[in-house]
Amino acid sequence: MGQIVVENLAKAFHIAERQAGLLGAIRGVVARKHREVRALDGVSFSLEAGELVGYIGPNGAGKSTTVKILSGILVPSAGRCEVIGRTPWKNRIEHVAHIGVVFGQRTQLWWDLPVIESFELLRDIYRVPQSDYIKHRDELIALLDLEKLLDSPVRQLSLGQRMRCDLAASLLHAPPILFLDEPTIGLDAVSKLAVRDFVKRLNRERGVTVILTTHDMDDIEALCTRVIVIGDGKILSDGTLADLRNRVTRERWLTVDLAEANGAIDDPDVTLIRREGQRVCMSFDPQRISPAALIGRITQKHAVHDLFVENPPIETIIAKLYAEGRG
Amino acid sequence: MRRYWAVISTRFRMLLQYRAAAVAGIFTQSFWGFVRIMVLEAFYRSNTGASPMNLPEMAAYVWLGQALLAILPWNADPEVRSMVRTGSVAYELARPIDLYGMWYARSIAIRTAPTLLRCIPMTIFAMFVLPLIGLGEWRLIPPPSVACGLAFAIVVVGAIALSCAFTMLVNLAVLWTMSVDGLTVIAVTLVIVGSGMVIPLPLFPAWSQWIFRSLPFAGMVDLPFRLYSGNIPARDLVWLMLHQWIWVAMLVLLGRWWLSHLTQRMVVQGG
Amino acid sequence: MNAIALYFRYIGLSLRGQIQYRASFIMQSLGHLLVTAIEFLGIWALFHRFGNLRGWKLAEVGMLYGLISMIFATADALAKGFDMFGDIVKAGDFDRLLVRPRSTVLQLLGQELTLKRVGRFLQGLIVFVWAIVSLPIDWTFAKVSLLLAAFVGGVCLFMGIVVIQATITFWTTETLEMMNAFTYGGEAASEYPLAIYRGWFRKFFLLIVPLGCANYLPAIAIMGRPDPLHTPQVVQWLSPLAGVVFLTIALQFWKIGVRHYTSTGS
Repeated sequence: MGQIVVENLAKAFHIAERQAGLLGAIRGVVARKHREVRALDGVSFSLEAGELVGYIGPNGAGKSTTVKILSGILVPSAGRCEVIGRTPWKNRIEHVAHIGVVFGQRTQLWWDLPVIESFELLRDIYRVPQSDYIKHRDELIALLDLEKLLDSPVRQLSLGQRMRCDLAASLLHAPPILFLDEPTIGLDAVSKLAVRDFVKRLNRERGVTVILTTHDMDDIEALCTRVIVIGDGKILSDGTLADLRNRVTRERWLTVDLAEANGAIDDPDVTLIRREGQRVCMSFDPQRISPAALIGRITQKHAVHDLFVENPPIETIIAKLYAEGRG
Repeated sequence: MRRYWAVISTRFRMLLQYRAAAVAGIFTQSFWGFVRIMVLEAFYRSNTGASPMNLPEMAAYVWLGQALLAILPWNADPEVRSMVRTGSVAYELARPIDLYGMWYARSIAIRTAPTLLRCIPMTIFAMFVLPLIGLGEWRLIPPPSVACGLAFAIVVVGAIALSCAFTMLVNLAVLWTMSVDGLTVIAVTLVIVGSGMVIPLPLFPAWSQWIFRSLPFAGMVDLPFRLYSGNIPARDLVWLMLHQWIWVAMLVLLGRWWLSHLTQRMVVQGG
Repeated sequence: MNAIALYFRYIGLSLRGQIQYRASFIMQSLGHLLVTAIEFLGIWALFHRFGNLRGWKLAEVGMLYGLISMIFATADALAKGFDMFGDIVKAGDFDRLLVRPRSTVLQLLGQELTLKRVGRFLQGLIVFVWAIVSLPIDWTFAKVSLLLAAFVGGVCLFMGIVVIQATITFWTTETLEMMNAFTYGGEAASEYPLAIYRGWFRKFFLLIVPLGCANYLPAIAIMGRPDPLHTPQVVQWLSPLAGVVFLTIALQFWKIGVRHYTSTGS
C-alpha cells in the first residue's frame, strides 16, 4: 500500500449567489440562494514513498483543495485519504508533525525576526530534539547556501532568498513528505534553478516524497517523474510527462522574430497561432517535419532576428485534455 | 421616470451591500449612547439642582454626538499618513498647486462622507424608534423651535469647516514629525476633551468654562448641539458663528504658514 | 517543549520585536496613557459638579474604574492575536497555523503581547491605588485573594469576548464592529457601578456577558459596602469564576468555528 492513498475524494463548496436586479438584492437579504461548486469530484491516486509528483492544472481545478486536504487544513465531503496510515483531518496535530508544507506566496517565517530565530522557534514548535535540530539545520544551511542569510530579518530578504529559507524551515523536523504549493512563483531564474536543484536532491538523496503543484512547466520537466493533471475536480491524466505529451499532442511551437514589419510566413507545415508585431508564433508536428529542416526553410525565405522552439505551454495541453474529456 | 428609478435602485443596492456594517455601526453607537445617557441621568438624578442642562438636553447632546461622531478631527488624513510613510509626499510638495486647498478639500470629504452614511439611520433610531421601545425619555427631541433648527443647520457648516482646518494641522504635524504618534495623540486628546465628547462641556467645573468656551473645539460639537436643543438660545447664533469663523480663519492662516514653512524646508533639503 | 514554555518563547520574541522600535513604543504607551486618562478626568468632573452618584463616592467609582482599566489593558495585550484574527484569515495565514503541530489557541495567543497597553494599565493602576488608599478598607488575606481572582477572572472574561469576536469571523470574514460594544463599550460601562444602570442592561451584563462579575461584585465585597442590588455575599465572593466559565464556553465555540473553517475553507 502506498504512503499516500487518496480514494474517491470529493469536496463541494456552497457559494452564495448574488441575484440580479433590485428585487434579487432584497431577496438576497432574506434568503440567499446557494450554488454548489464541486472543487473535487472523485479524485483517486496513490503515491509510494520517495516519489516526486507534479500536480498540475489551471486555477480553480482543485489543486490547492487537494493539497489542503492532504495537509489537514480542509475536511473533504466524501472519500478516503491516508497519509502514512493517518487520516489528515482526524488527528491534525499528530498528522502535521510528519509533513512539511511550503506555500509559495506566503512565508512561514516571522517577518521581524532573524531567520535563525524563526528556525529555533520552529524547533520548539515541532519538538525537535536539539541534537537532531543541529544536524538537520546544518545540512539544510549547507544545501541551500543560507549561511549569510541567517542573521537578517525576513523582511529584508529577496523573494528567492526567502523561498530558500522557507524550504529549510519546512524541513527542520525532517518530515518524510513535503508538499510544495507553487514554490517557484515569482522567483528569478537563478533562484528557480536553486530551488529545483534542492528539491531534486532532497528527493533523490533523502527519499523525501514530494508533491509539487505549479504553473511552471519547466519545474515539472526538471523534476517530476510522474505528473497528475487535474481539471474541473477530476483527474484527467496520471503518468510520466512523456506519456502526457504523447497522449495529448505531439506538436511543438516555433516563435520567430521577423526583421520586416509586415512579413508573413507561409509554410505548408505550420499553423499560425498568433502574431504580435514582428513576432510570429506557429505550431508544427515534429514527426512531419524536423525542427532543423523547418528552421532552415524559414530562415532562407525570411530575414529573421531571432527564433526559438518550445513545448506548448501547459495551458494548451490542458485545454486539449479538456476538449478531449468533453468531446 | 425609468431613468430615475435606475439611479435610485443602484444606490439602494449599494447601500444594501453595506447593510451588515451599517447595522453593526448603529448597534455599537446606540450602545455607547445608552451608557452615556444612563450615566448622565444617574448623576443628574443624584443632584438635580447642580445641573446646567436638563435631561432632554443631555439626551440630545449624547445622540447628536453619536450621529455626528465622524465630523470630529480624530486623526490625520489616512492618505497623508501613507504618503509620509512611503516618502511619496515629496512629490506632492513639489507640485505647482495650492496644496493647502487640495488637502483641505479632501478633509471635507473625509469628514462628511462617513457622517452622512451614519447620521440618518442614527437620527431615525434616536428620534423615532426609542419612543416605540419604551425609552421615550431618552429620545432625541426635535429642535424646540424652527429658529433652533435653522441655527443648528448653519453652525454645522461652520463646525465642518473648523474640523477640517484642525485636521489640516494634524496632517501638518504628521508631516513635520514624520510619524503618526506623538503630536497627533496630544491633538486627539485635546479634541476629545475640548469638544465635549468625554462629557458635555457645561458639566465641567464652572471656573473652567471660559477656557473651554474660548478654545476652537467647542465650536465643533458642543456649541452646535446646545444650540439645537435650545440650551443656548437661537438669538446667540451670530456670536457662535463669529466664534467658529474667527477660529477657522486663524487655523487656516496658521496651517498655510506652517505648510509653506515645511515646503521650504523640504525644498532646501532636496526632498 | 511544553505549551506554557512555548508560549513564553513566543512572547519573548514578540517583545523583542517591539522593543526594536523603542522611541515609538514609549510615545505610543504615553499616548495610550493620556488618551485613556481623560476618561477619568470626565468622571472627576461629573463628581465635582454633582457631588455623588446615587450615593457612590468618587473613590469608590475610582476603584471600579482602576480595576476594569487594568483588566482590560491586560486582556487587550494578551489576546491581540484573536483581536486581529479577521486580518489573519483574510490573508490566508490561518492555514499556516493549521499545518503546525500545536493548538491554534496557543499559536494565536503567541502572536503578540502588545506592550504599549502598559500605558492604559498604568493609569488604571494609579487611579486604583489612589482609590484603595482613600477608602477605609480593612484588608484581609481573603480580600487580597479575591482582588487577584477578580483580576484573573476579568481578564479571562474579556479574552472570552475577543475569542468569540474572532470565532464569528469564520462565518462573516469581516470583523464585526458590533463586538466593540462588548469590549470597549463593556469596559466603558464597567467604569461606573452596575447599580446605576437600568434593569435590562444590568441583567445583560450579569447573566449574558457577565462583566458585572469582573469588577462590580468583587469590589463591593472588598469595600464591605452594601450592594444596592442586594446580591448575596456568596455570589460576590464567587463572581470571579464567571469569567473563567465564560472563557471556557468561548473556547468551545472557537472549536466549532475551526471545524466550520476546515469544512468550508472559506
